[in-house]
Amino acid sequence: MTEKKMIYRGAEAEILLSEFMNIKVVQKKRIPKKYRIKEIDTLLISYRTKEEARLMTEARTHGVAVPIIYDIDLENGVITMEYLDGKRIKDIIEDVDEKERKKICRMIGESIAKLHNNDIIHGDITTSNMILKNSRIHFIDFGLGCKDGEIEAKGVDLHVLMEAFNSTHARYPKCFNYVLDGYKKEFKGDVKLVVKKIEDIVRRGRYRR
Amino acid sequence: MICLGIEGTAHTIGIGLVEDINGRCHILSNVIKIYKPKHGGGIHPREAANHHATYVADLIKESIKKADIEYADIDLVAFSKGPGLGPCLRTAATAARALSLSLNKPIMGVNHCVAHLEIGRGTIEKCRDPVLLYVSGANTQVIAFAEGKYRVFGETLDIGIGNCLDKFGRYIGLDFPCGPKIEKLAEKGKQYLELPYSIKGMDIAFSGLLTAAEQYVKHGKKIEDICYSIQETTFAALTEVTERAMAHTEKDEVLLGGGVACNKRLREMVKTMAQERDAHFFVPSHDLCVDNGAMIAWLGLLMYKSGIRMNVENSHIDQRFRTDRVDVSWRD
Repeated sequence: MTEKKMIYRGAEAEILLSEFMNIKVVQKKRIPKKYRIKEIDTLLISYRTKEEARLMTEARTHGVAVPIIYDIDLENGVITMEYLDGKRIKDIIEDVDEKERKKICRMIGESIAKLHNNDIIHGDITTSNMILKNSRIHFIDFGLGCKDGEIEAKGVDLHVLMEAFNSTHARYPKCFNYVLDGYKKEFKGDVKLVVKKIEDIVRRGRYRR
Repeated sequence: MICLGIEGTAHTIGIGLVEDINGRCHILSNVIKIYKPKHGGGIHPREAANHHATYVADLIKESIKKADIEYADIDLVAFSKGPGLGPCLRTAATAARALSLSLNKPIMGVNHCVAHLEIGRGTIEKCRDPVLLYVSGANTQVIAFAEGKYRVFGETLDIGIGNCLDKFGRYIGLDFPCGPKIEKLAEKGKQYLELPYSIKGMDIAFSGLLTAAEQYVKHGKKIEDICYSIQETTFAALTEVTERAMAHTEKDEVLLGGGVACNKRLREMVKTMAQERDAHFFVPSHDLCVDNGAMIAWLGLLMYKSGIRMNVENSHIDQRFRTDRVDVSWRD
């Protein structure tokens, strides 16, 4: 058996460093949660594992960089995938200069637009879930993703990222505008509708103005 | 320093008297009176405000008596500036202004959501930098301190969890507040009925679940099973977003607040989650979990001591007072 090393423990899954057919791989293993009843736990783990693998595969076919999937184990909630030797956007976005920040954010926006052009909703676009490697933004953790063609879903998807920038990288308020610039360039639908939807969601958020 | 706080954001009018002793919150008295809507209804803002106006003066007297102090001992008057129902907020603010002017003591309007967090930090020894899961009728937010503000990391996209429980409760003929009654029914539930589990990032939604639960009622499923399933599903989702916020902010303390935090099952779930990730779990005593004047007093005191000043002329209320608009100058 291959030695496994935990490199990250997220809220819902463990990321293990392992080997698969002599290749260095990452395994994402969803952890059963004791706080929720078995029925909900089993349902969420198998559904999310399957959905995540499906969305990643689809994202790749549409030109969005994601780790390559080698194996899927629904029963144990494990996805075996390519090891990405890169940097989390969360860790670098505040250290680079404004020009580079702008470039990275625009790339993020372009990739999100490619996902949305194909009705792929990531569901948790935060700066922790993007990795920069070989000058490309790789998206990880499609765990809360889904397929949805509605403007609403696309708006919410972008809104999650906006909130992530506002809360985690509050010192750099322009980031999300750069993301939108990239998004506008690549998005095939009516961008105005999406932007308006984000504004609606901001307004809808309780006590926001 | 002694501060009198007046809470009046929704159904509760509360008066609290607190004193700071070596930076810790010492509660001298904390009295509340809760408005109860007519059978089958929710809070009527004007009726609730009338209720508050009727009882506020007596409650102030009672709090002074219980604390065994004189009016002259009060150094500061705090009130809930928002968020909340306009008529209720105005009633509490009016009482605060009257008291401030008659005693000739400074006034301080505070954010109700932030007060829920600060009372945990002020009264629980080891609670220093928690992620707060704030669950009440109108509010459902996951709040944590980041870069000088209490930021909302996750919140409901539609209705508050308490509101969700109340709406379902009213649908099956329970009286407000329905949460405790649903909790009792849920204890007898055995079979899990699948309900929509809606999380978007760290945000959460309940309205779809509410509709699905009502469908189960229509189809004659056992009420106990439905209540059980509602609690298990919504609380699992709340616990999950809280855990996500803890992972994201890399904090290892979780604090519960708000009326729904009195629910034993929710406490158990959040506590289990905390244990599983070696984090500390905190929940204030019942009287400090629900809406109360002591938490308003304590936050007012913290703000005053950090140098923030307000006068009666600018002591406006703010129905939509966002948690993340408060500049938190009292902590690093």
